Amino acid sequence: MLQITNLHANVGDKPILKGLTLSLNAGEIHAIMGPNGAGKSTLGYVLSGRPGYEVTEGEVTFNGQNLLDLEPHERAAAGLFLGFQYPVEIPGVSNVQFLREALNAQRKNRGEAPLSGAEFLKVAREQATALGMDMEMLKRPVNVGFSGGEKKRNEMVQMGIIDPALAILDETDSGLDIDALRIVGDGINRIMRKPDKAVLLITHYQRLLDYVKPDFVHVLADGRITRSGGPELALELERDGYKELAA
Amino acid sequence: MSDDMDIKDKAAWDAAERVADYEHGWSSDIETDFAPKGLTEDTVRFISAKKNEPEWMLEWRLKAFASWKTMTPPDWAKLNVPPIDYQDAYYYAEPKAKPKLGSLDEVDPEILRIYEKLGIPIAEQKLLAGVEGGEDGGLPQRRVAVDAVFDSVSVATTFRAELERAGVIFRSISEAIKEYPELVRKWLGKIVPMHDNYFATLNCAVFSDGTFVYIPEGVRCPMELSTYFRINAENTGQFERTLIIADRGSYVSYLEGCTAPMRDENQLHAAVVELVALDDAEIKYSTVQNWYPGDAEGKGGIYNFVTKRALCQGRNSKVSWTQVETGSAVTWKYPSCVLNGENSVGEFYSVAVTNNYQQADTGTKMIHNGKGSRSTIVSKGISAGHSNNTYRGLVRVAPNAEGVRNFTQCDSLLLGSLSGAHTVPYIEVRNPSAQIEHEATTSKISDDQMFYAMARGLNTEEAVTLIVNGFAKEVLQQLPMEFAVEAQKLLGISLEGSVG
Ligand SMILES: Nc1ncnc2c1ncn2[C@@H]1O[C@H](COP(=O)(O)OP(=O)(O)O)[C@@H](O)[C@H]1O
Ligand SMILES: [Mg+2]
Repeated sequence: MLQITNLHANVGDKPILKGLTLSLNAGEIHAIMGPNGAGKSTLGYVLSGRPGYEVTEGEVTFNGQNLLDLEPHERAAAGLFLGFQYPVEIPGVSNVQFLREALNAQRKNRGEAPLSGAEFLKVAREQATALGMDMEMLKRPVNVGFSGGEKKRNEMVQMGIIDPALAILDETDSGLDIDALRIVGDGINRIMRKPDKAVLLITHYQRLLDYVKPDFVHVLADGRITRSGGPELALELERDGYKELAA
Repeated sequence: MSDDMDIKDKAAWDAAERVADYEHGWSSDIETDFAPKGLTEDTVRFISAKKNEPEWMLEWRLKAFASWKTMTPPDWAKLNVPPIDYQDAYYYAEPKAKPKLGSLDEVDPEILRIYEKLGIPIAEQKLLAGVEGGEDGGLPQRRVAVDAVFDSVSVATTFRAELERAGVIFRSISEAIKEYPELVRKWLGKIVPMHDNYFATLNCAVFSDGTFVYIPEGVRCPMELSTYFRINAENTGQFERTLIIADRGSYVSYLEGCTAPMRDENQLHAAVVELVALDDAEIKYSTVQNWYPGDAEGKGGIYNFVTKRALCQGRNSKVSWTQVETGSAVTWKYPSCVLNGENSVGEFYSVAVTNNYQQADTGTKMIHNGKGSRSTIVSKGISAGHSNNTYRGLVRVAPNAEGVRNFTQCDSLLLGSLSGAHTVPYIEVRNPSAQIEHEATTSKISDDQMFYAMARGLNTEEAVTLIVNGFAKEVLQQLPMEFAVEAQKLLGISLEGSVG
């Protein structure tokens, strides 16, 4: 589904990704772990096309398409979803309005008919309920006044409504208490654990992986994948830390 | 946030897709009768004669004209306006096929087509009613009575019979001058005096048509009233005049919309709006101003010099101005409230968008003469391109007005780095019991917000529209729904090409 080959990227003039190669097939969940500043968020931004993140070398294909040729909104319409490490506040715009606009923009891009208000609300209610979020929160402005945990949960509600083919989840688990962690973990499994979908799960902690069992675990350090393995690699990292591993 | 607003949002965004894009840049083939070009006493007489006006009206106009000749245009606004050649314009243009109408069927079909194109709810079945209501099973049917002013003439007023049953008078001002001379004489020029300012005086001399509304004591107007103004003829100024009288304990919501076709030359629009609210009466006055703003290089566009003032004369009277200003090359406009009544309330909610080379100098005056009078000012300025956007507001408290309160919030949003936003508050408090609060912010659309919206599937322009609408939300939610819909869409359209 996603093929990243020898990806180099700069933020400003600074090289951050330095030859990253990674491949995800449909049906797989990959965890990416790594020290702070390794370039994990940068990878998510580069894959979603954030302005200012410049690819200097390498290739990325997504379902056979050259991903790097697409605008951010086209990537979203093609099925790519980024769960933000720091979700952004948009004052005055309700979540309902935001998501309905976004979803219908994606649908339009794909040549599908827009969802009516009623159809949209039905989907939104289902997803909010499944993630234990009050509908009232969906009516509030996007992320404004939300706690850290609520913001992350809101990202998952968004993912549920948008129903992407590939989700890159950037530290969705950080800032969650143990109950919320389980709810979010269940949500990821429910929405994304499907034969035609894939997940790139960026995390620092084993504890999310207790709920969302990865098929593969990778270590990202200094802009490239330095080690890959199965779920046991995460346990090893938890025990020994990254330093040990790099050595 | 209330459920209501949420539904309004959704409905608005639904309906926005249906409302016509503002590409009102066409002019239509309606045959037009002009007054001779230029401005002399004869022009004034011509207009008055065309309208079969009574003698007192002509005299009033002539008096204004004589004064105007001695006046000079104001120069204190932060506007750069080239000198206007008042002799190089037409002051009266009338669609030739102008009907004196009993019903819509008699309107020139070409005019109806124009209104259709404008998305104006003039025909009953065309009302933007019952927009999809989401989960609560739909909104109540809304109806709007419309007075349509085309160039200089009111061409159609709808729902007249039904309004009359409620005792509401909704007329073109030329008709009202003939039919209700005492009411008109009592208030015309009493709220905005004849010599108030250069443009108001000019309007007194040459106003061509406009709207008159009277809501009798204790009556809640059974529907929203609306006037659509359109300048169609070339080189023609539009000088309309609106007078709304809300008698004791009455309520009315009035909407005003404007458009004009693209023209290379600048056209002058100098309207006067006078409102008066007696004891316990309330007037809600909403404007979506979408006159042609000129092209991307700043060529053409309407000069919008408008005087709007409300007299909150009665105890507990209330006037609320809401405006969404996206059009015009130059906007000079300060809808104001003179709060004479005890515990009277004035409100001003404004969104002004400027793009390319547009200039707006707009704001309000809240003149607190009454004890316990209160006012709220919320101004949202959005500047893009090379434009300049100024909020100018006065809050004045008279010496014997005890217990006055004012809250003012001015927020500016900048797109790009070439535009300007300015806030010029004047506060004159002569009574120590007054509580005056002023907050101001200036911000830019953040890259984080843009990327977040884009990562969810919105393109650049959709993302800007969404964020800007969020910024202006407090004001937009004051609008009646039909206008909220149009306004949300307009904000996006006005900012097209301003980011990215
Ligand atoms: N906007 C930016 N400008 C300059 N440097 C940046 C920017 N964003 C991230 N970086 C740098 O890029 C490196 C990788 O950051 P990031 O991808 O956020 O790491 P991680 O998510 O793995 O903690 C860090 O050294 C960080 O300081
Ligand atoms: Mg990070």
